[in-house]
Amino acid sequence: MKVLVAVKRVVDYNVKVRPKADGTDVDTANVKMSINPFCEIAVEEAVRLKEKGVVSEIVAVSMGPKQSQEQIRTALALGADRGILVETDAELQPLAVAKCLKAIVDKEEPQMVILGKQSIDGDNNQTGQMLGALTGMGQGTFASEVVVEGDAVKVTREIDGGLQTVELKLPAIVTTDLRLNEPRYASLPNIMKAKKKPLDTTTPDELGVDITPRTKTLKVEPPAERQAGVKVADVAELVEKLKNEAKVI
Amino acid sequence: MSILVIAEHDNAELKGATLNTIAAVKAIGGDIAVLVAGAGCSAVADAAAKADGVSKVLLADNAAYEHQLAENVAKLVADLGKDYSHILAPATTTGKNMLPRAAALLDVQPISDIISVESADTFKRPIYAGNVIATVQSSDAIKVISVRTTAFDAVAAEGGSAAVESVDIADDAGVSSFVGEELAKSDRPELTAASVVVSGGRGMQNGENFEMLYKLADKLGAAVGASRAAVDAGFVPNDMQVGQTGKIVAPDLYIAVGISGAIQHLAGMKDSKVIVAINKDEEAPIFSVADYGLVADLFEAVPELEAKL
Repeated sequence: MKVLVAVKRVVDYNVKVRPKADGTDVDTANVKMSINPFCEIAVEEAVRLKEKGVVSEIVAVSMGPKQSQEQIRTALALGADRGILVETDAELQPLAVAKCLKAIVDKEEPQMVILGKQSIDGDNNQTGQMLGALTGMGQGTFASEVVVEGDAVKVTREIDGGLQTVELKLPAIVTTDLRLNEPRYASLPNIMKAKKKPLDTTTPDELGVDITPRTKTLKVEPPAERQAGVKVADVAELVEKLKNEAKVI
Repeated sequence: MSILVIAEHDNAELKGATLNTIAAVKAIGGDIAVLVAGAGCSAVADAAAKADGVSKVLLADNAAYEHQLAENVAKLVADLGKDYSHILAPATTTGKNMLPRAAALLDVQPISDIISVESADTFKRPIYAGNVIATVQSSDAIKVISVRTTAFDAVAAEGGSAAVESVDIADDAGVSSFVGEELAKSDRPELTAASVVVSGGRGMQNGENFEMLYKLADKLGAAVGASRAAVDAGFVPNDMQVGQTGKIVAPDLYIAVGISGAIQHLAGMKDSKVIVAINKDEEAPIFSVADYGLVADLFEAVPELEAKL
């Protein structure tokens, strides 16, 4: 079966971002960009399913500026077969991304779509669920285990307080949590091979999707800084402070 | 304005997260209706009717909603929600799973994880793992919002007397089914609801040593958490993880034991009222957010602390 994997270009997780001085946006000039870690887990899961013989073709999709090709190439180096870039320099919000993905799902007709549960820039945690609504497919979000059985998939989900398993009819949507797998490193020969794999480019216009933003960011600012407190000398002083100064015990 | 709140519950009890969400709704202002979707959950509806500020409870009691399957509940929320100005749910795993699906059915771009209400259409929310706070304005006709529960003090659970109305919609999308659940059982309070949290990090060295923290926690009536380092090292299960990708907590007292204080951990606990750090490395970043820091060997300090309480 065919699997579609969505990958997003984000500021690398090791970069500590700061708001611009005028507070209009986050400063992303000259910072290292990478594939969103949850998306990398999504690619890895698709590749493992292919290695098990469950999946026959993996299509990696990204949306955004031309440079998002780099993240598609990363996915191709990890084992995806071909890529699709929906190119735009405009701001893309999760609803617009879900609509673009829906248009691609209609064309490609995958049996499964695997996405990261959230991107580490916007932290929205929405796109997979919204794609579920638009396609009518079932959704297995925050997955820590994915098992395909015939024309269904069992997804174990990380929920508050433990784990939940659901069964979804295929085609279905899976969004990945951290512990689903540990992504491999791309080998140099695979990175070279990835450069020759096919990568098609389209646009939201060609897909017939209106990407007009629905929300506007008025301001970005650093969070309130917490002041460092005092060092106590020993446990006795700590207990005394907690009882008499902080009054929390 | 009329605002719809989606109740968080387990068919038996109304969860506290609902009361925090109602607090956010009160900050927006308007009539408050609470939707209780589940199976055999009328006790939950009765509890919701008593919550402060609630004017109406909608009870959708049907097998299709028993396990909060997003495919079914989102359809119900979208059907009912089109008559409201706002739809809010707590940003729990249940809310995060269902709400965006409902929003897409309504063609709305939702706003996730708000930490403050600036006006009826403008909200603050953390982005980049809490390193940046964005002020976001929605232009959609219906605002669909998930609420970071630790950012809002819960409304009183008693005092209201709203009417309970039954909703006769049964949406089974027929694409998903519940297979099973494995919930961690514990006599200690739930991590996100506890007023005191004791967390251990890589400094605990192994899972057995967490026993020390359980003892301390039991003395304090506390929940026990862990850093991602401790979870990744296999000391404790992942549902104990506090941090940006784990649980977000904001108790009255947070005691970090053997935790260095990686950004991703701080993002999950820095809104605690009082933070105590016990670590033998005096350069550990955790001390820069701690109200009280104790530079000591945790294997001596923790038993001593437990004995002195």
